[in-house]
Amino acid sequence: MVNTSVTLSGLTLTNPVIPASGTFGYGVEFAQVYDINCLGSFSFKGTTREPRFGNEPPRIAETASGMLNAVGLQNPGIDKVISEELPRLRKVFHKPVVANISGFSIDEYAECCGRIDREEGVGLIEVNISCPNVHNGGMSFGTSPQAAAEVTRAVKAVTTKPVYMKLSPNVTDIAAIARACEDAGADGISLINTLMGMRIDLRRRAPVIRNVTGGLSGPAVFPVALRMVWQVFEAVKVPIIGMGGVSSAEDVIEMMLAGATAVEVGAANLVDPLASKKIVEELPQVMERLHIEKLTDIIGGAHHG
Amino acid sequence: MFDGRFEVVSNRPIAKNTFEMVLSGDTEGIRPGQFVDLRLEGFYLRRPISVCDFAPGRLTLIYKVVGRGTARMAELAPGAVIDVLTGLGNGYDTAPSGDGPLLIGGGAGVPPLYALAKALLAEGKRPTVILGFNARDEVFYEEEFKALGLEVLVTTADGSYGIRGFVTDAMDLSYTYFYACGPEPMLKAVYAKSVTSGQFSLEERMGCGFGACMGCTCKTKTGHKRVCKDGPVFRKEELPW
Repeated sequence: MVNTSVTLSGLTLTNPVIPASGTFGYGVEFAQVYDINCLGSFSFKGTTREPRFGNEPPRIAETASGMLNAVGLQNPGIDKVISEELPRLRKVFHKPVVANISGFSIDEYAECCGRIDREEGVGLIEVNISCPNVHNGGMSFGTSPQAAAEVTRAVKAVTTKPVYMKLSPNVTDIAAIARACEDAGADGISLINTLMGMRIDLRRRAPVIRNVTGGLSGPAVFPVALRMVWQVFEAVKVPIIGMGGVSSAEDVIEMMLAGATAVEVGAANLVDPLASKKIVEELPQVMERLHIEKLTDIIGGAHHG
Repeated sequence: MFDGRFEVVSNRPIAKNTFEMVLSGDTEGIRPGQFVDLRLEGFYLRRPISVCDFAPGRLTLIYKVVGRGTARMAELAPGAVIDVLTGLGNGYDTAPSGDGPLLIGGGAGVPPLYALAKALLAEGKRPTVILGFNARDEVFYEEEFKALGLEVLVTTADGSYGIRGFVTDAMDLSYTYFYACGPEPMLKAVYAKSVTSGQFSLEERMGCGFGACMGCTCKTKTGHKRVCKDGPVFRKEELPW
């Protein structure tokens, strides 16, 4: 029997597989298809203080081995998430959930994180400072070490649960930003959010996505994500949740060898609603094949010296 | 939502750039007005296609070749097996239709009205069908609707077949209710001319097709709705047009 459990800042998961924010709603759609309690956890839809419509459509474009999205943080706002979504979520998911929080000011991050921190069933707070699809918010906090550190400090001051800062790959030195978050008290680092990209419709001679640019995800970004997890592992001591194009149990192991303690699965859920379940089920077999007894033994295992 | 394996039985052109694909597989739980989501080899996202007709073990889709994905679909030969999510979307509500509803379809919006027509007939109702196309070579399913015993009016924008003009030029206002599916300008014209309540089937670029990604959200009078999950069918009163 292999051991798939991992621990994120004191929070033990039965396995490292976590559907990523924005690809799993608040869990209900997937709970209609399978028992989502087989998952290590899941990261719910990025939540802000106010309800948001998000960007005008079209918001989606296909790419080679992936997709672009410019949803723009559509969500019902923290009041409704607490009063309606979380009670529904608790009925279908009985493990601690990852609360993904985004914002447009430091005050907003602190207020929302402080409120979600008090909610039963929230195991970890993932602070999204990396949404590429909104203006004057999201990514603007994740592209400078000073701003990332400021958000981290403000959130840490009002929370008791582990705080993981979710970083953008659209930066020159992701290790410097990760270090700034760690120094400011972050309990862990989550990476990567999507890579900014675009497509142009040849017939209309105009961008496919109304927002012009969108975030690239899917297998196309996996090598970039892996490289950044590798770099951040060398730069910080806190645990890492690795993500970006993960689509198989082998990808999970590769991410962990690069330095991830847990792994999020994103776009794959949108193409195959059973993707995360299949990865959880395949993981023990792949571990046996690779002679891995304890998954925690391989975290950062590809770094030598 | 159901995840099934379907086998292509036939796949033939029925009008300009328009194909009819018949598949065999589990169709349990499918309702008129819903759509299916096809996974195609070599393409990352699925292709959402409205359900034209269904029977136990048999599914009919009609699609227009508009890009590389639908071009790939047109190449699928009988015997090909594809991964299909079925039972997606809310579907039409036949309860408020009255005895003589209008079914108004434009181009690639025609197919879902076929399964709806059969469901209304099964309830003892007598729909009238208006099918709008750009030109004669794009016309399809006129005979299929007529074979159900229904009155069918065809319009073409260039006047090369049937009534010259748009679907609204064929709208007689003595109907009891309406169901419309087609391009947005057509839907808005129907909305403006309609004198009763009705239902509109909307289209939007989708990511997942089952309500998870928020890629296809639209604004309604009752809030933000996902075209794939809360729709694709919306009541006239919900739309902010």
